[in-house]
Formats: sequence, C-alpha cells, structure tokens
Amino acid sequence: MPIFYERRQLVTPGDLLAENEYINGENTYKENGKIYATRVGLFDYENKRVFVVALKAFYIPMVGDTVIGKVLEVTLGGWMVDIRAPYLAMLRASDALERPVRPQKDDLPSLFDVGDLMIAKIVAYDRTRDPLLTVLERGLGKITRGQLIEITPTKIPRVIGKKGSMIAVLKEHTGCQITIGQNGRVLISGKSPDDERLATMAIRKIEQEAHTTGLTDRITDMLRKEKGEKTEKEVVENVSKETWKTDR
Amino acid sequence: MSQKKPGKLIDENDVRLDGRKLNEMRPLKIEVGILGNADGSAYIEHGKNKILAAVYGPREIHPKHQALPDRAALRCRYHMAPFSVQERKSPAPSRRELELSKVIREALEPSIFTEYYPRTAIDLFIEVLQADGGTRCAGITAASLALADAGIPMRDLVSACAAGKVEGRLVLDLTDMEDKSGEADMPLAYMPNLNAVTLLQMDGMLTNEEFEQVVNMTLEGCKQINQLQKEALRAKYEAVKEAEIEKEEVEEEGEE
Repeated sequence: MPIFYERRQLVTPGDLLAENEYINGENTYKENGKIYATRVGLFDYENKRVFVVALKAFYIPMVGDTVIGKVLEVTLGGWMVDIRAPYLAMLRASDALERPVRPQKDDLPSLFDVGDLMIAKIVAYDRTRDPLLTVLERGLGKITRGQLIEITPTKIPRVIGKKGSMIAVLKEHTGCQITIGQNGRVLISGKSPDDERLATMAIRKIEQEAHTTGLTDRITDMLRKEKGEKTEKEVVENVSKETWKTDR
Repeated sequence: MSQKKPGKLIDENDVRLDGRKLNEMRPLKIEVGILGNADGSAYIEHGKNKILAAVYGPREIHPKHQALPDRAALRCRYHMAPFSVQERKSPAPSRRELELSKVIREALEPSIFTEYYPRTAIDLFIEVLQADGGTRCAGITAASLALADAGIPMRDLVSACAAGKVEGRLVLDLTDMEDKSGEADMPLAYMPNLNAVTLLQMDGMLTNEEFEQVVNMTLEGCKQINQLQKEALRAKYEAVKEAEIEKEEVEEEGEE
C-alpha cells in the first residue's frame, strides 16, 4: 500500500503518509522516497500529489495578498506595519501618496499613526527582504469603522468557501460588509452592532469547526435561526434603543 | 528532597518503591493547547513531574544581532519554579538550568524546519512546576508538542525518557530518589518515525552490555510516549468534532 491514510483523516507531524511514486504537496516532506507530515492537519491527495490541510499555522506573506495590518512605528520614509507574519512589513510613503514625497512638508502621522489599521496589498517579498506594502489601489487604505477579528490564517479559505459560497452566505444573512485579509484578520462593518455580532459569531463558529464537513449548511441554519429570533425581539429592542437615545 | 532513603529501592519480587516493575514507566498525562496567549502550549504530568511548555513564533527577533541569515533561531529557556522542589530553589537561572536549556534546544532543533524562516526567532519556554526526576525528558516531550501546536513545520515529534541502573538492576524512568541513590542515569531523546536519536546523556557507570540494554529500554519507552503524544495532539481537535456530532444528534432528535 503506497498510501497509509484515508482522506480527511487527522495526522500529526512525522506520520508516514505515502511512499515511492507520490509527490509531496503542502505541509509534507519527502525523504528517501517516503512522505511525512510536517503539521497537525487533515490528510488528502489529488492524483499523485499528497498534502495536509493544516489546522493551525501562521501567515507567510505572498506577493499579491490583501492583508489587514496595524501600524507599529512611523519612520522618516514610511511606516512599519504588523501583518501577523514572522516579518514586519514596510509601507513606504511613496506607496501611500499619489505624488512625490516631500520629507519636510508631508506629515506622515496624519496619514497613518501608530495603532491605525489598514487594508494593504503585498507588492514585494522574498526570504532575504521584509515584505513591502501598498495602499494605492481600489479598496485599500485606512480602516475607519467596523469590527476586527483574528482567526488562524489556514482557516481563511474555509471562511471564503468554495467559489466564495461561505462568504456569500455570511454577507447575505447578516447584511454586513466583510473584508478578509489573507493574514487571518477579518473586518466586519454592518449597519448595526447586532449584525456585526452575528457575523462575528458565525466566523468564530467556522474557525472552531473548520475541519468538519457540511459547515456551510450548518452556518446557514444558524444564521437563519438567530435572525428568526431577532425579528420577534427587534420590536422590543427598538423601543429600548429609542429610550437609550433620548437619555443621551 | 528531605525524604529519607529506605533500606531498599527494589524488593525481592522486582517491585520498585512506587509499585512499578523494572521496565515500567510512570503514568503519563498530556494536554495540548492550554495557554491562551502562547502560539502553542502543552502540559505534561509524568509521575509527580508537572511541566508547562509554551512556544512563541516564528517572530521578529530581538535583539537583532541574534538573527541568523539562513534559519530561525530557536531560543529555549528551561526553568524550575522556586516551589518545584522541597527546598526553595532560587528563581535565578542556575548553571544546571542553563545547561539543560542548551541541551533541550539541541535535542529539538533537528526536528524543526528552521531553514524555512530565516532571520526570525522561535521562543520556547519550559517551566517545571513540580520536579521528581526526569524533568528534562518530560520537558522535551511537552516542548515538542507545544511546537506542533504552534503550527511550526516539523520533521517528527521528539519523545524523551530515561533509564539507568539502581541497586545493580537496570530500570526504566528513574524517580528523583532512584536517580540520586542509583548507579547510573541515562536520558535519551528520540524521533521515532525517523529512527534518530537527538539527545543522549549519561552520568554514572555502565558496562558495554548494560549500556546497550539501557538504550533499548529507553527507545521502547520513547515509542510508548510517542503514541501518547499523538493521542494528545489529536484529542484537541477530535473533541470539537465529537461535540459537533453530539449536538447534531440532539438537534435531530428534537426535530423529530
């Protein structure tokens, strides 16, 4: 038997997965014709390629990824940004302004200050240099409102779903705008805090149960149930909200 | 410890003080992912030993001059809590702890793909809460799980245990008392799937034949530990799976 596990079976680092003619895919390595797992995850294969879908990993930058970052430091020529990767990212002033930078005149902290959040895109990265970001594209820039939640980056594909099925369900049932950073940060901005809370709840559930099957259906059910209860409650809640507003 | 040494550590029926046979290990309990702040963590109870391991990283390295251009730097701190032994242990790192930190780092480094993440640091903390002989081995076992829990790519899990010679007999997994009044103690760390030894130390004297027997005993012990390590890692995720199935069953019953 050249394959030692079934599809979607849980494996741990060092487990012997397959032998000889197979090719090692992600989270595996090959030594002396034997393929072993390198992470805790679910085993799977496609044709001759054997791989493990990791249950926990950290974000490794990739050129072209959209990420959500936090400014850690304002320097002379730009900003140092935390993108939840092993390396700090750099956003140069010329990648944030549409005109040439005038070091004496431009006030960088007024654009992004320490602690500010941004949606950015990785334009350059290799193993010898730290990642470089840009915010000069549509949909990128400073985050001014919404809620930010962090999940394991390996579970981002699950939040998006097959061809965006899961994210479509989330958007439809909660009415929130959801921006996903490939680095495991998700921005939710909705019309009311209740909608945002519902979306947060759903994403937390996806994160926790990412390795189980039939998840999209379960999430749809959950959202529908929560929504159904709310429509009854909403009447009462709206009244109490009115009084709260007048109190202010 | 202030315990007095009884007359004999092994009785005429080959039973040890705590009721174990010569080649029997102390009971092991392992839990993975119990610290919220750390990227990965594990807790182990090996007999009376109680040890916590936590892992952070790979992350930015500080101070910067420690960065390695071709791989991640594994930084390890083995520390015993002041209350981990009968007589208060000074919380400052002792000579022994510094040595164990180095030895543990070198036992774990071959198992990690450090070359994937150059210029970063992987920080490993091993905190001994209660000690009763064999803490470096239990520490390595827990630390390896914490690394796997942090999602750091690894060649294999590292399992470690010790064996030695007490009152002329070869025994597996020595307690503190057996270690102190015995003739030899030999800790060994091992990657079972790759069949590779990453740590081998010995104090005391053994003949060539005894040495070989002791190595084989520890390897057997390590294989047993490896099974428990895998179970502990799986348990973290299977708990979610099972809870979900149960919940669905309850819901289905309710709907009917």
